[in-house]
Amino acid sequence: MSKEGQIYRISGPVVTAKGMSAAMYDVVRVGNEGLMGEVIELHGDQAVIQVYEDTSGIRPGEPVLNTGETLSVALGPGLLTQIYDGIQRPLQTLEEQMGFFITRGVDADAFDMEKVWTFEPVASVGDAVEGGQVIGHVQETETIVHKIMMPPGTSGTIKSIESGDFNVTQTVATLEDGTEVQMLQKWPVRSPRPFKTKYAPDTPLITGMRILDFLFPLAKGGAAGIPGPFGSGKTVTQQSLAKYSDAQIVVYIGCGERGNEMTEVLDEFPHLIDPNTGKPLMNRTVMIANTSNMPVAAREASVYTGITIAEYFRDMGYDVALMADSTSRWAEAMREISSRLEEMPGEEGYPAYLSSRIAEFYERAGRVNTLSGDDGSVTAIGAVSPPGGDISEPVSQGTLRIVKVFWGLDAGLARQRHFPAINWLTSYSLYPPSLDQWYRDNINQDFPEIRTAISGLLQVEAELQEIVQLVGSDALPVDQQLTLEVARMIREYFLQQNGFDPVDAYCDINLQYQMAKAVLSFQDAAKAAMAAGAALNDVVNVPARSALLRGRFEQGYVDRIDDMVKAMVAEIEATVEEN
Amino acid sequence: MAGKEYRTITDVKGPLVFLNKTEPVAYGEIVSLRLSNGDIKNGQVLDTSDDMVVVQVFEGTAKVDREAGVTFLGDVFKLPVSTDLVGRILDGAGRPRDGGPEIVADEKADIIGAAINPYSRQSPHDFIQTGISAIDCCTTLVRGQKLPIFSASGLPHNDIALQIARQAKLKDSDEEFIVVFCAMGITAEEYNFFRSDLERTGALENAVLFVNLADDPAVERIITPRLALTAAEYLAFEQDYHVLVIYTDMTNYCDALRQIGAAREEVPGRRGYPGYMYTDLAMLYERAGIVKGKKGSITQFPILTMPGDDITHPIPDLSGYITEGQIVISRELHQQGIYPPINVLPSLSRLMGSCIGAKTTRDDHKKVSDQMYAAYAQGRELRGLVAIVGEDALNERDKQLLDFSGVFEDRFLRQSRDEDRTIDNTLDLCWELMSSIDTKYLVRLDDELIAKYHPDNRS
Repeated sequence: MSKEGQIYRISGPVVTAKGMSAAMYDVVRVGNEGLMGEVIELHGDQAVIQVYEDTSGIRPGEPVLNTGETLSVALGPGLLTQIYDGIQRPLQTLEEQMGFFITRGVDADAFDMEKVWTFEPVASVGDAVEGGQVIGHVQETETIVHKIMMPPGTSGTIKSIESGDFNVTQTVATLEDGTEVQMLQKWPVRSPRPFKTKYAPDTPLITGMRILDFLFPLAKGGAAGIPGPFGSGKTVTQQSLAKYSDAQIVVYIGCGERGNEMTEVLDEFPHLIDPNTGKPLMNRTVMIANTSNMPVAAREASVYTGITIAEYFRDMGYDVALMADSTSRWAEAMREISSRLEEMPGEEGYPAYLSSRIAEFYERAGRVNTLSGDDGSVTAIGAVSPPGGDISEPVSQGTLRIVKVFWGLDAGLARQRHFPAINWLTSYSLYPPSLDQWYRDNINQDFPEIRTAISGLLQVEAELQEIVQLVGSDALPVDQQLTLEVARMIREYFLQQNGFDPVDAYCDINLQYQMAKAVLSFQDAAKAAMAAGAALNDVVNVPARSALLRGRFEQGYVDRIDDMVKAMVAEIEATVEEN
Repeated sequence: MAGKEYRTITDVKGPLVFLNKTEPVAYGEIVSLRLSNGDIKNGQVLDTSDDMVVVQVFEGTAKVDREAGVTFLGDVFKLPVSTDLVGRILDGAGRPRDGGPEIVADEKADIIGAAINPYSRQSPHDFIQTGISAIDCCTTLVRGQKLPIFSASGLPHNDIALQIARQAKLKDSDEEFIVVFCAMGITAEEYNFFRSDLERTGALENAVLFVNLADDPAVERIITPRLALTAAEYLAFEQDYHVLVIYTDMTNYCDALRQIGAAREEVPGRRGYPGYMYTDLAMLYERAGIVKGKKGSITQFPILTMPGDDITHPIPDLSGYITEGQIVISRELHQQGIYPPINVLPSLSRLMGSCIGAKTTRDDHKKVSDQMYAAYAQGRELRGLVAIVGEDALNERDKQLLDFSGVFEDRFLRQSRDEDRTIDNTLDLCWELMSSIDTKYLVRLDDELIAKYHPDNRS
C-alpha cells in the first residue's frame, strides 16, 4: 500500500480514507486543500481520521496523504509570548494570512524560523553529551533563559560548538558521529517527555490567593481540579493563578472557551506585571486559545499541545504551571469524536476511555529530576465544568480520582458575591503533610497550627449555623456568638479576596500569615474582654477593627498590620472598663 | 452548477433521506429534491461516502418517495446578502415572506460562518443602556456581548426583549441598533406580537426578520439562526452597523437538533440531546462580538425557555457555559405582579467589569451594584428564617435588610414597560433605597462614595 489513498467517507470532522498505509496517530493531509488530520482508528484497509479543520465541501475520492509523522509540536526559542490555536499555529500569523475569520488549509510555523538568537554554549568540544543535556543558553525574553537541550534519544561527543547568532534551524553543535544539533526540536504531543526520576512534591506553589495558599495549598508538581457550575468564577480563578502564581513559566490553555473572554486575556496579559520579577507577565507565558466554535478535533489536541510545551520547559529545570480551562470541553471533544466513530459509549455518552485519558493527562504533571540533572516541575490545574454544577458526572469524577487538590467552586457563594467562591467545607488538599515543613522553615514555625485553628473555626461555624437556622443567633450563648463573629471575620476578611482590586488581588504569603494571626488575636482579645465583663457588641464594633478590616485594600498594609492589630487589641481591652 | 438528477433513494427516515450510487458528493452540499407531484424540497448533505449519502431535508420528508429526483447543487448553503435585507421579513429558509421581491445579492455568504480568530477580536467595552434598572445596574449589557434570557413558559420574556430592543442605546448617544430577529418555532401569535410592536415603534424599518413558526418544518430551524447570524455578520462587519440579534426560542432549536440526532440513530447525550450540542450552540453564540478594525458589532440576545423552570436542564446549562452571563426571569416575582421579573441573584453579566466605572457609567457603579446585590441576597435569605422564627427574633441589621429586600423588588425592579431610566437615575435610585439601611451595615461602600452620593450627604 502507498502513502497516498482516497477519501471514502466524510461525516463532520471524521473522514475515512482507503487504500493508504497508515499507523495509529499518523498525521495526514486530507483532500485537495491538504487539511491536517490524524489517524485515530484502523479498519482493514480503511483509516479513520479526525480532521482539525472544517470539512464542508470535501468529496469522496479526493486524495489523502500520509506524512508518516505523529502530531508533534515545534520546541525552541520563540515559544514564549506566543498565542497558539490547538495545533500550535500562531493566531497572529493566521490573522495575517486569512483575516479575522479562521478559514482553512493554512499552514503556519509555530514561531519565526528565521529569527536570529544569540547562542551561548555551556558544553565544550570533547564533552560527552546525551539526550536532554543542556548544551547552551539563549536569552529568550528579559526574564527567561531558554536552555538548549540535546534532543532526547541522542548522545555522543561534541566535535564542534560555538557561540554566535543562529536561527533555530541552523546547526549550533556537531557530534563526532556527524550528528548536527539545532535549536529546534520536535516532540509528539501524545507521548510524555522523558525524565530521570519523579519526586514527591515538597514546595508549595504560591498563588497569592489566601484561601488556596493557606487552607488548600497546591504543591509544585501537583495536580488540582477546579469544578464549578457556570458563573462561579472558574475562569477568574484560573486567570488569577496564571497571573500571580510563582511558577517561572505559565502555559495557559483556553480549551473550548468563550472568544471574548480569551480576547480579554490576550489584551490584558501583555500589560500585566509579574509580582515576582517586576517584568511583563507575557515574558513567561505561552497561550493556547481554541475557542468553543473552533474545530473540535483541534480542541481535543490543544490539551496535549499545552502539556508537551510545559514538559519541555520543565526539562530546562523550570517550575511550570499549566492551566487548562476547561477540561470538560476537552472531554466533550472526545465524546463528539467518539460518537462519530460509533464507539460503544460509557457513562453519559462519554467514551469508555475517558477516565484513563484524564488520568494520563494529570500524570504528566510532577516534580522531576530531568535528564540534565536539574529539578523541574509541571503543576497542572484543570477547570471542570460539570453540567448543572453536579460533580457526580464522569469528567469531575475522573478528575477527582487522580488529583490531590480539589478547589470546589460554589454557585451559592458566588451568588453572595463571596469571591473566590471556593467552598471551604467541601474543598480539600492532600498536600499539607508534605508541605508543612516548608511552611515552618520559610514562613513561621507555627504556620500549620494557625491553619488548623482557622479551618477548625470554620468547621464549628458550619455546625452552629445549623442551629442558627432554627432558633436565630440571639438564642446562642455569647461565647458561641463570638465564634460566629470570628468565623464571619475569617470569611469576609480572610477568605474573600477581590481579584479585580489592584492591592488585594495578590496577597503575599507572609501577609496571609499575619492576617490569619490578626483574626486569632481578635478572638483571643475578645474572649478575654468578654470574660472580664465586656459586651459582645462593644467588642465587635471597636473602630480599630474596621480600620484593620478595610486596610487590606490599601498599599503598605503589610507594614501597618501589626500596629493595627495592637490598636484593635487595646481598644477591645478598653471596652472592659466602659462596663 | 446543477449536476445530474439521481433517483437512487433507498431509505427515508424522519427528516433524512438516504441514497446510493452517486458521483462523489461534497460534505455539506446543498441538495434539491423534486417530488413526483412537482414540489421542490431543499436539503443538505450530512454524511457522504462512496456507497451512501445522507441528506437532511429542511422542509420535512412528507410526500418523499423512492422515485423522487435528487440533484446536488455543488455548493454549500449560502445566503444572498445586501443592505436590502434591512426592513425585510424572510421565512426560516431565507425566502421573502412579506410579499416583497427576492433579495438582490451583493454577495453570497456561507451560512455556517467561520470562527473569529480570538486574536482578531476586540474586547467589548461599550456600555449599552437598556433603561431597565435591574439590567443596567446589576447585569450590565456590553456591546458585542451574548447575553441570553433564561425564561420559562408563561413569563414575559418577549416584553423584556422588545423593551431592550426599543430602548437599547449607548450612553449619551442616539446611535441605533439594527435588530435582526430570528424566530424558531414560536407561535403565530407570538410572532404577531413581535411584529406589531416593531411596526408600532417604527423599528421594523431598521430590522430584518427571519421567521420559522411552530407549524413550519422543524428541521428548517437548524438553518434559521445561521441565516440570521450570516445577515448580522454582513451588516456588522461589511456595512458597519451595530446589530442586535434577538432569537427565540432556543429550546425549539435544540429540540430540532435532537430530532435529527435521533433520526440518524446517534448516541444520545443528556436527555436525548446530541453530544455535540455544546459545539453546535457555540457555533451560534460565538458569532457575537467586535473585530479589530471594523466599526460594527454583533450583540446577541437569545431567549430560551427552561423546561420545567429547570436551570440545570441541558439547554440552559450548555448555553450558560458559552454565553457571557444570563438574565434569569423569575416566576415568583412575576406572580407578585412585578415587571420586569428579573431575579438578579442568579443573573450575571461576565463582561460587566469592562464597561462600568467613572469613565463610562459612574464611579460608584461597581460598588453600588455589589452592595445592592449583597443586601438583597441577605434580605431574601432572611425571609426563610422569618418564616420559621418570626420577625421579632431578628436583630436590627437583619430587620433593615429584610425590609430592604421588599423595597428592592417594589421600587428598583419594578418599572413600567415603557419606562426608560438613565443609568444616573438608576444609580441615584439605588442610593435612595439603600439609605434605609444604616451606613455601618453597607460594608461594600467606602467612605468616599458615601460622602459623595448618600442622600444624607447630598441635598
